[in-house]
Amino acid sequence: MTIWHFLLGHLTWDSLVFVRAWRDPTTSEVIGGCAGGIAVLGAMFLFGLITVLGKWRYLWTEWMTSLDHKKIGIMYIVFAGIMLSRALIEAVLMRTQQAVAINNPGLVAPDHFAQLFSTHGTIMVFFVGMPLLTGLINFAMPLQIGSRDVAFPYMNSISLWLTVGGGIMMMASLVLGQFSTGGWSGYPPYTELAFNDGVGPDYWIWSVSLSSLGALMTGINFAVTVYKFRAPGMRWMRMPLFAWTSICTAVLMIFAMPPLTVATLLLAADRYLGMHFFTNTLGGNMMNFVNLFWLFGHPEVYILILPPFGIYSEVVAAYSSKELYGYTSLVIATTAIAILSFTVWLHHFFTMGQSAGINSFFGIMTMAIGIPTGVKIYDWIWTMFWGEVRFTTPLLFSLAFMITFVIGGMTGIILATPPLDYMMHNTLFLVAHFHNMLIPGMLYGVIAGYYYWFPKAFGFRLSERWGRIAFICWVPGFYLAFMPLYVLGAAGVARRTQELFDPAFRPWLIVALLGAFLLLAGLASLFIQLYVSIKQRHTTQVPVGDPWDARGLEWSMSAPPPEYNFAVLPEVTRRDAFYWQKKSNAAYRPADHYEDITLPKNSMCGVSVGLSMTACFFGLVWHTWWLSVFGFVVALGTVIARSFMRDVNRIIPAAKVAAQDRRWLERVGAAVPIPRQLELTPENEGLADVRND
Amino acid sequence: MLTGCSVLSRGFLAPAGPVAAAERHEFFFVGAVMLLVIGPVLLLTPIIAWHYRLANTKSAFRPQWGFSWILEGLIWVPPTIIVIVLAVFLVGNTVRLDPYRPVPLSRPPLQVQVVALDWKWLFIYPEQEVASVNQLILPVGRPVHFSLTSGTVMQSLLMPRLAGQIYTMSGMTTQLNLAISEPGTYWGENTQFNGDGFQDQKFQILGVSSADFDRWVSSTRQTPTVLDDKAYQNLSRQSVLPHPIAFGSVEAGIFARISHQTIQPGYVSQHQDAKSHG
Repeated sequence: MTIWHFLLGHLTWDSLVFVRAWRDPTTSEVIGGCAGGIAVLGAMFLFGLITVLGKWRYLWTEWMTSLDHKKIGIMYIVFAGIMLSRALIEAVLMRTQQAVAINNPGLVAPDHFAQLFSTHGTIMVFFVGMPLLTGLINFAMPLQIGSRDVAFPYMNSISLWLTVGGGIMMMASLVLGQFSTGGWSGYPPYTELAFNDGVGPDYWIWSVSLSSLGALMTGINFAVTVYKFRAPGMRWMRMPLFAWTSICTAVLMIFAMPPLTVATLLLAADRYLGMHFFTNTLGGNMMNFVNLFWLFGHPEVYILILPPFGIYSEVVAAYSSKELYGYTSLVIATTAIAILSFTVWLHHFFTMGQSAGINSFFGIMTMAIGIPTGVKIYDWIWTMFWGEVRFTTPLLFSLAFMITFVIGGMTGIILATPPLDYMMHNTLFLVAHFHNMLIPGMLYGVIAGYYYWFPKAFGFRLSERWGRIAFICWVPGFYLAFMPLYVLGAAGVARRTQELFDPAFRPWLIVALLGAFLLLAGLASLFIQLYVSIKQRHTTQVPVGDPWDARGLEWSMSAPPPEYNFAVLPEVTRRDAFYWQKKSNAAYRPADHYEDITLPKNSMCGVSVGLSMTACFFGLVWHTWWLSVFGFVVALGTVIARSFMRDVNRIIPAAKVAAQDRRWLERVGAAVPIPRQLELTPENEGLADVRND
Repeated sequence: MLTGCSVLSRGFLAPAGPVAAAERHEFFFVGAVMLLVIGPVLLLTPIIAWHYRLANTKSAFRPQWGFSWILEGLIWVPPTIIVIVLAVFLVGNTVRLDPYRPVPLSRPPLQVQVVALDWKWLFIYPEQEVASVNQLILPVGRPVHFSLTSGTVMQSLLMPRLAGQIYTMSGMTTQLNLAISEPGTYWGENTQFNGDGFQDQKFQILGVSSADFDRWVSSTRQTPTVLDDKAYQNLSRQSVLPHPIAFGSVEAGIFARISHQTIQPGYVSQHQDAKSHG
């Protein structure tokens, strides 16, 4: 073994995407080279920019090492935004490929196309969907239940950096080697050594493992936070719906992530240690992987969907100027969905040859989940009833969600019927269905929540104009991109197809491509919205903190909130606590008595554990054993060292809290209460006029 | 656009056999029931949102209203009843359209053994002792029983106008039943991604009369090629075939040996070749 082999493992010049594109400059390789180039140049540009602006210290002390749940939440969302950009561009590339590759090879080679759908799916689920929701829950849920932080702030930071590490591995696979071609579900035996002996499946295994470890810890963290850190009087049935969906999601994470981690680690055992859990031969059985994967995979769907359901509950009530209809129903429906989500996993493989009885059972359970989901939709409709509905960006997205989601529900019931699934499974019909659930269900909800809570996080509102432009792109974009896929799927077109052979498919694929471009424009409008909003932030300040005349405790403090969230922990006496405080003139009152507040100090341990575990797993991908050992030792060492640290908290003296609170209350006193009709004008300083209702 | 609309004639909505026809029937039934369920949402969402808009000062405003037993009943009970109704139909149809259940026709089924390979389909006719690759010739009006296995990774066989899909897995045998009701040319494919040649793994199904089927069998028997272990090993190496091929005779029990993994499939030796070259 040479020294180079020891140092670099399986890395060679040929692993570099640029070298491959240089040696074999086909369109496909050049596209790959460009993607790698964008990743490298983007990273270099970012590093350079931070260096030129001299912001490293600021970033390190204020953000990266912060244990503040609000900042961790924001970092999750920034990270997800970067990953979303990549995965959406990949989607456009795939749509372009299918639109042009009718009886010709098109732009990207089969192997490259397979990497595109594998990274697209893996990123969208693990590095866009989960981080977006984890970010929003991190930011909003502790504020809603009247807590100063999550239960385990340091573990929260580890979760974040493990997830970011997984994202770094995904990005590294653009430049070094190549990613798996086995799809986001990575079914063996295709992903076993016998069929794929490159680094691709290893990238998939280890980046997903990082994400699933992070998500498991996040689940524990959120669950304990809701169980133990609610404000006095915040009983279960007084919690905002978003807090309910957070706890249900947390429980799902706790029970659903381990099967995934087990499945990927057993697959790793096959690949690294010569075992035979899922191989074709020597007693391996891939059906075990499929069961484990979907035992995770179906609850995962609800991990992605339940928090947006919570967001819709908040948003529809707030912008209907009204109490949520059917709170108890919504709580029952949420918990029912969470429990039922563990009873349906087999519908992902009705076609594996089980008996009709087993298929029927899982088909019925799947349809049963439709009941609580339908109840939720009706609850939101009746929330608008007798209300005063304001058509702001979040409400527009919520309406588009309700209408579009039920179409997905309809195709979902079709797919839940086993004989119909035999026809639609693995076709574009299925692809259309799950995008129909996740884009309106998850992404619209996240956009709504982002717009809704953004002023709370940063103290100024987002541009409504650009929000509406985004809406015009995201909603018709979705219909154009995915309705044609239903038709093609019903015609039997398999998913994951790099080339098609029937010119009759072309018109549908071209419409879908236009839709994909519109969706990309939607993402661009969100970025422009952010830029424009920052530019014009002086006219949209809402320092008082309640720009939407909303109902939960998260609106009861300044925007942005003080680092300790609540100067004095609130006493909750009923549901919609802040709304009733406003009604009874109990809001915006100085406390009789302020106390010292204990907060966690910043810590670099989270960064250290997350990134050294990333190094460890990256070493495993390339068989660079020293790096793996080094990374693991650093991670373990950090955890042990941290456990000996005693001085991990800092005290904010009561006098400082009191002064800060007084300053804010003066600001409140100076603000003009504005009626809802004026909430989008510069007059809105975050103080709502509550005389009218 | 006319060509665009004709795509549905490629799928199960233009069935060419009793199984696909039954599935189409069920599709329309479930779809119609679901339209009844989602219709109110499609109507009520925009109507209520617009009627109760802030600018409409004539609409009632009751911000503290949040519960009604009548509405609770309406949103929980009818959907539950609909799911129960659908569930009853679901069980019946799932049993009736179980891929393992023979198609209820009077004639005895034709046996076809299917081996999924990278990236081609091997069809063995054990009673006729012939085999074909990437072309399936079936007699119209006679039930067909497939036994399926895989000589490589998991794959899924779909013949959209004839019957739904079933997985093929190495070391295991799954089953599928169908019948063709009218003569014609149909297509089938693998829908489970299995590597670089996945998109090419399609095949033609020729539905022919019994007489034509017998004629095809006897002409194929003239072909000198034999499907034995060696031929299978060559065939099972990863490749895309330019056109279908046929085997004039088949070594007895080869399908059982493939599904019991007593023949070493081509990918193993291919893998070892790659290793020794590297």
